[in-house]
Amino acid sequence: MWLFEQIVEFFSFQDVNIRYVALGTLLLGASSAIVGCFTFLRKKALVGDTIAHSILPGICLSFIVFKTKDPLMLLLGAMLSGWLSVYVVDYISANSKIKPDTAIGLTLSVFFGIGILLLTHIQHSGNSAQAGLDKFLFGKAASLVQNDVITFGIVSVILIGTIILFFKQFSLISFDVHFAKTIGLSVRTFEVILSTITVLAVAIGIQTVGVVLMAAMLITPAAAARFWTDKLKVMVIIAAIIGGISGIFGAFISYTAPSMPTGPWIVAVLSFIAIGSMLVAPKNGAISKIRKQNKNQRKILEDNIIKLLYKLGEKENEFFKNRSIRTLKNYREYPEKKLLKGLNILKKKNQVVLVNDLWVLTEEGKKAGMRIVRIHRLWELYLTTYLRIAPDHVHEDAETIEHIITPEMESKLEHLLDYPEKDPHSANIPYKNEKDINE
Amino acid sequence: MSDFWIILTGCLASVSCGLLGCFLILRQMAMVGDAISHAVLPGIVIAFLFSGSLDSVPMLIGAATFGVITTYLIELFNKKGGLQKDASIGITFTWLFAIGVILISLYADDVHIDQDCVLFGEIAYVALEPLISYIPGLSAPSTVWVLFIVMLLIIAMIIFGYKGLFLTTFDPSFAAAIGVSTVVWHYLLMSAVSVTTVVSFESVGAILVVALLIAPAATAYLITDKLPKMLVISALVGIIASFGGYYLAVWLDASVAAAIATVLGIEFTLAFLFSPQNGIIIKRLRR
Repeated sequence: MWLFEQIVEFFSFQDVNIRYVALGTLLLGASSAIVGCFTFLRKKALVGDTIAHSILPGICLSFIVFKTKDPLMLLLGAMLSGWLSVYVVDYISANSKIKPDTAIGLTLSVFFGIGILLLTHIQHSGNSAQAGLDKFLFGKAASLVQNDVITFGIVSVILIGTIILFFKQFSLISFDVHFAKTIGLSVRTFEVILSTITVLAVAIGIQTVGVVLMAAMLITPAAAARFWTDKLKVMVIIAAIIGGISGIFGAFISYTAPSMPTGPWIVAVLSFIAIGSMLVAPKNGAISKIRKQNKNQRKILEDNIIKLLYKLGEKENEFFKNRSIRTLKNYREYPEKKLLKGLNILKKKNQVVLVNDLWVLTEEGKKAGMRIVRIHRLWELYLTTYLRIAPDHVHEDAETIEHIITPEMESKLEHLLDYPEKDPHSANIPYKNEKDINE
Repeated sequence: MSDFWIILTGCLASVSCGLLGCFLILRQMAMVGDAISHAVLPGIVIAFLFSGSLDSVPMLIGAATFGVITTYLIELFNKKGGLQKDASIGITFTWLFAIGVILISLYADDVHIDQDCVLFGEIAYVALEPLISYIPGLSAPSTVWVLFIVMLLIIAMIIFGYKGLFLTTFDPSFAAAIGVSTVVWHYLLMSAVSVTTVVSFESVGAILVVALLIAPAATAYLITDKLPKMLVISALVGIIASFGGYYLAVWLDASVAAAIATVLGIEFTLAFLFSPQNGIIIKRLRR
């Protein structure tokens, strides 16, 4: 009941503070997720991390120079040093043998070091006006006030507006830089615009979630959204929703348990959604991939066993003979358990029957086995005829393709090769209607 | 005497980090090192909850475990989840770090870990520790002892495992062909990084330990092409930064660890500009 009351109290947004905090985290979560989609797609996921660490020296320098905590001046300093860090990473990796990831780690840690050096210097210098600068380290989401929300609102409008305006250009430089260059797009200009809005998003967001976790606000929603869709527009919208929901949820948790920090909870929720998406998303999720894999493996097992039964029948000229597991094992080195599993599936499909512990092919099973063998031999012939591969090199390839070829491809092959009778190894290619199959 | 202990702590931490860093950047795993340094936080908190103190042994086990978990998760998200490498690094370490901070807030009454300390540590505390004498005639603060032992272990690992580390770094497929396990060396190195991170944690914090790992190695990499030389130069760069950083911090009345990172940045810039082989100014003059 207590939880329910809390939920009602929070989501009725009666309390002014709640309204500000919820709205602020919502705006922040959604807008940084939107910007993050592009950094994610450009494979620069860690650039957000670099910027987050690197804006600290700018903030401190701006405080030292202007002696004010005016948010606009601090933001200016933050933007400048954030921007510089992006440039430094590019410059180091372009002009030396240092690899990009080393350049990123180096830049972010050294910039952060300089930032902390300046921050501790300011703190120890006894200037009482400095109190509150450390919110750039850890973030203070729970203390958002009206002014912050207004700033967030303005920045979100700038960010989202820029992205809508240049959506086409941004998607081009995210997916195909070379194509963008060929059609005469000034790639450099749009890269600069994109970095600038990323820096802006980070400089604002960091005050809410802190240095370390800012990277997650950018990339985690984008990564989660990527699993659900292949369309950029849809991805941006899903990412924004995930970012926004996580923002509000984090705010709600620290409202019900005031000792709980908002930023880490936002990130915990985000990660939960991302890992969940990675598992269960319909097409790209890990579970559906594993399921697909298992299905394929089962099909291969079935095909191989039925093929074996058919070929034994072909060899001994007796298709419907009882055969023991041991006989089958002699020809195909499967563990007994696996063999039994495959046979049981085939039994359910009515392609084999079990008589006194011995396995017998049914009429249907014979047809299925014949089909696999036919495809195998047709393919071998195709490879030797059209690709001029030596007959002793084609078996392996046919062994894999026989599970994949569809009935349409099969009839195309038959047609192309003009219903041949023998494969390259002079074995008969069996057809459904042929009478002389048992000769 | 306090200057001495602080500088010595800096030197020990930066030698350990600098040596490991060489292998990290050569294997293009600099950001994995960064991720580990953040992701050991929950390991530290959990170890603290179990043992009730900042004692070293449970802490090292906790950290090494989480270091290996981090590496494993990054690879899992990358290979099974189909997530690009950099994104899987970013998601893994922010997630684990968030869990760490949540755990600290959850058990705030039991866990005495300062938030500031998590990010940038406080090396000056080493001077306040009581001196312990493990070897007759030698007494030092416990942090110094721990860092010293870890440094010896890392040097030993590099000397005795040189062939394995070298091969798996430069030619993994050849290493695999002659029966050197890349997986074993990979996880061994990652555990070493986690352990070093955690013993340096109190002194330099999660982010500046990254500077100690990457900056000296990157500087040395610009100066030489030979691995043994690179290891020595990397260690020297770290030692110079420990001295320089201490005096810079005293002069500015600021954090020592941050000052060390700053000096490391200056050293890298100098190498970047003036290194005999790779410095961009030298290259331009030669042209």
